[in-house]
Amino acid sequence: MLDGILMLLVLLNLFSLGSTRISASIRVVAYQGAAIGLVPLFLRGKIPGTMLLGIVFVTLLVKAVLLPGFLRYAQKRVNVRREEKTFVGVSTSILCGVAALGVAFFISSRLPLPFATASPFIVPVALSVSLTGSFIIISRAQALSQVIGYLILENGIYLFGIALFLEQPLLVELGMLLDVFVGVFVMGITIFHINREFEHTDTSRLSGLADWLPEERSLE
Amino acid sequence: MNIVYPLLNVLIALLAAPLMAGIINRVKAFFAGRKGPSLLQLYFDIGKLLRKGAVYSRTTGVFFRLGPPVGLAAVFMALFFIPWGAYPAVLFFPGDLVLFVYLLGTQRFFMILAALDTGSSFEGMGAGRDAQFSVLSEAVLFLCLAVMSAASGSVSLNGMLCSAGGKIWQVSPPVLIVVVFVLYIILLVENYRVPFDDPNTHLELTMIHEVMALDHGGADLAMINYASALKFWILAALPAGLLFPYALNPDFPGNALLFFGIIAATAVLTGIVESGMARLRLLKVPQLLTAAAALSLVALIFLAK
Amino acid sequence: MILLLFVIPFISGLLAFFLRNDLLRRRLLLSVACGHSAFSLYLCLFRGVDQQWLGFGMDALSRYFTAIFSLLFLCASFYAVIYLREEKSKPREESEEGLLFDNAPEAAFTGCLLIFLASMSLLALSRHFGLIWIAMETTTLVSAPLIYFHRHPRSLEATWKYLLICSVGIALALFGNLFLAVSASASGSGAELSLDRLLKAGVSLDPLWLKAGFIFILVGYGTKMGLAPMHTWLPDAHSEAPSVVSALLSGALLNCAFLAILRFYQLCLANGLGGFCRELFLIFGLLSMAVACLFIIGQSDYKRLLAYSSVEHMGILCFAVATGSAYGAMLHAANHSFVKGALFICAGNVLAYFKSKKIADVREMAHLLPWAGVLWFAGILAICGAPPFGTFLSEWIILKSAAASGNILLPAAYLFLLSVIFIAMTGIGMRMVFGVPGTPSAAQEYGGKTHFLPLLPALILLSISLLLGIYLPESLGRVVSEAAALLGGNT
Repeated sequence: MLDGILMLLVLLNLFSLGSTRISASIRVVAYQGAAIGLVPLFLRGKIPGTMLLGIVFVTLLVKAVLLPGFLRYAQKRVNVRREEKTFVGVSTSILCGVAALGVAFFISSRLPLPFATASPFIVPVALSVSLTGSFIIISRAQALSQVIGYLILENGIYLFGIALFLEQPLLVELGMLLDVFVGVFVMGITIFHINREFEHTDTSRLSGLADWLPEERSLE
Repeated sequence: MNIVYPLLNVLIALLAAPLMAGIINRVKAFFAGRKGPSLLQLYFDIGKLLRKGAVYSRTTGVFFRLGPPVGLAAVFMALFFIPWGAYPAVLFFPGDLVLFVYLLGTQRFFMILAALDTGSSFEGMGAGRDAQFSVLSEAVLFLCLAVMSAASGSVSLNGMLCSAGGKIWQVSPPVLIVVVFVLYIILLVENYRVPFDDPNTHLELTMIHEVMALDHGGADLAMINYASALKFWILAALPAGLLFPYALNPDFPGNALLFFGIIAATAVLTGIVESGMARLRLLKVPQLLTAAAALSLVALIFLAK
Repeated sequence: MILLLFVIPFISGLLAFFLRNDLLRRRLLLSVACGHSAFSLYLCLFRGVDQQWLGFGMDALSRYFTAIFSLLFLCASFYAVIYLREEKSKPREESEEGLLFDNAPEAAFTGCLLIFLASMSLLALSRHFGLIWIAMETTTLVSAPLIYFHRHPRSLEATWKYLLICSVGIALALFGNLFLAVSASASGSGAELSLDRLLKAGVSLDPLWLKAGFIFILVGYGTKMGLAPMHTWLPDAHSEAPSVVSALLSGALLNCAFLAILRFYQLCLANGLGGFCRELFLIFGLLSMAVACLFIIGQSDYKRLLAYSSVEHMGILCFAVATGSAYGAMLHAANHSFVKGALFICAGNVLAYFKSKKIADVREMAHLLPWAGVLWFAGILAICGAPPFGTFLSEWIILKSAAASGNILLPAAYLFLLSVIFIAMTGIGMRMVFGVPGTPSAAQEYGGKTHFLPLLPALILLSISLLLGIYLPESLGRVVSEAAALLGGNT
């Protein structure tokens, strides 16, 4: 069952790479968050029942409800429906996603875990989710897409943490959730400002700050 | 006894294939609120066409006459390699999956040749589009077969889908669910169903498969239609073979009914998909096929771990 | 008790958001800054005992770094109060395109400043890698509104770049933390992230995962620190933020990121991976210095010039650790913070007078703004490592240990890059202060009165650096040596 969830996460990765519509990406982030929130239920840990349910509930709340809800609100405020230009095409993105999965499997084969886990796929899938998130940040120009990529990156890291260290003091996990939440909040506010200031949220057009502007090639 | 049941299976396939087309059309009619054509409509159509003569244009050559019979023969041959549930295929040898894919490819190749032979621009266009789809879909089909072969440890279709199929499920269920899904996408592509091609369109500019059969008539058209039905059966038998639980008692009527039921269910599903989805823009088809390729690559990577 | 260093600024920060009275808020800022620096200087110089409580503790490294950024914050807040008073009265015109812009509410600015101080204190106090991570993330989130104080498109662009790049960097650092936890669980003590318990575990941490963790931490926190090639947010953020914020970012935040990396380095040293870590430090150090060198030559904006100089000095810090001179690195961290802080405050005055960030527009400061000119030129000399400032002493110590390492290329590259940067920066400094012969005098274009008070913090900071170069007090020297000893270094 854990393998099924991990496979689902990989498929959601590919789906997020394959669509340029922002609302589809937000839905993918929500489903990913939900899947990751359910992961602790399938591990064989020593956590007592109530704490486990508490973690699951908080994770689901933040990752599957609050954050996507905020993103949807941001999308409506900023009124962006789809990504006008990506730097890499859809088919290439999907193939890069598969390549990222391959790289993740390769890296995890070189880093053997010193203890046993419920599934051998946890580390590769976590790494591949993070790689996919980074790829989305790099290849999209819309500010909102970059925030979505950042969320997917954090999803991967969170999966790594929660799947391997359920016994760990949960302070770190919850602190991480809080920080991500506040971080996305701050990013969202910045996006509102960007929209108000520039009338668009296309970061590839934010290029006013540079060292060598074309007109100023003076040789002092 | 060993060869009788497999041969009986082939006979049932030959007889029951046109029924699947009828099922699809009936399901579509149901969703559209119509009564729809009879389930046995394709039988009547084939019978009618066999009694008619064909008109051959002066611009056509030998390939136009060759296309339909060779295609039918190729698909007919491919039927012999599919195993049924607990029964092996009639013919099998290591590596027969390559032959299987190329038999289907031969059918398509000769259809394309026949279409190009007419010298008509519509047919040329349809042939071009078909060739473009086949580049990607054949690659995806090979990837799927690679995954199945890696999971079952055998390079014969017989070993992958037959009683050893149950062993596959112990390897990694999520991987195989993905493979079944991709095989279904291939089914839709190869059989020119929505979302890749609309079989009900009457505009030549939007046709892919229909336009290649546009200039055929009489017995040729009958052979083309029958070959399409057989191809549906064959490609539906692949995911059915994966899903078929091998632990059933090898009792012939039970097996046959179950297998038949799964293929009929696939036909019903196809009808639902056809009613529910619209056809994709041509630009999006390679993207969808790339996604299918990516899915099978993912399955392969998971399996290879 | 040491938690007061975090709690008091944090609560005052929250309070500052709700205070309506500007005067009261500024007084709050100043008083908290005074109290914080007094307490941290006391802890640094007079209380030599390490203290521990839960996940917090102060060892020599924490005391030293806290004293540095606390002092810097004091001078910066003094300047901030004057700056905020000026900003309230003048009309605001953006320097590049002459657009009119608005400012963020001053309450938000002051509140964020105080919470910024609080989170940096938290970072210095933490003995748990998870807490360090949370503190680092908080500094990012709290400094973003600070950068976006002037509400115009360019600062918004700088804020977005800062926010995104640093968030991704810190996410990578979190991966590093998790890898550390995996490596720790191999030793049988369970997945631990507490520094003290990990140091006790000794050499039983899994080396492969520890190395992987160090790489991620170096890249992740290195983004925050401004190491090339992750430094791309630095010039934009430092040039568009108000000078107070730039001073704090350059002088305090980069140091805290360095501290976070050093904590992990401490752990690697205890596990025998010191050589591996030093190689990585060397690569990033030299790369940062080289990149900074490239961008300083022909730079046209003096705040970006200072930003790239920060990149260079972070490179020098890494280089120092790589060659084994932790003592030099510690000294240099302090000197760089003070001089950079002074330079940025000076730059703020220059910007207020000349209303332009371009070097070409700033001429003959010696006549027009005599005090600022002197301080600016002295600061440029100091940052390039000229004696008798403290930076000369620290860079000399680093050079000695580079030469002692045996490989002749190391000190050669170090000296070469330093010299090129020296030539470029003093050339620019001289142009700005003395003017280029042959161009018309700038006296007709600029007029108006200038006050000395905003420059006082810069003067103080520069004098501290001058003092450190001439005479190192006994107690301070002890702290620096203890800090260096924690990093396994000798002079």
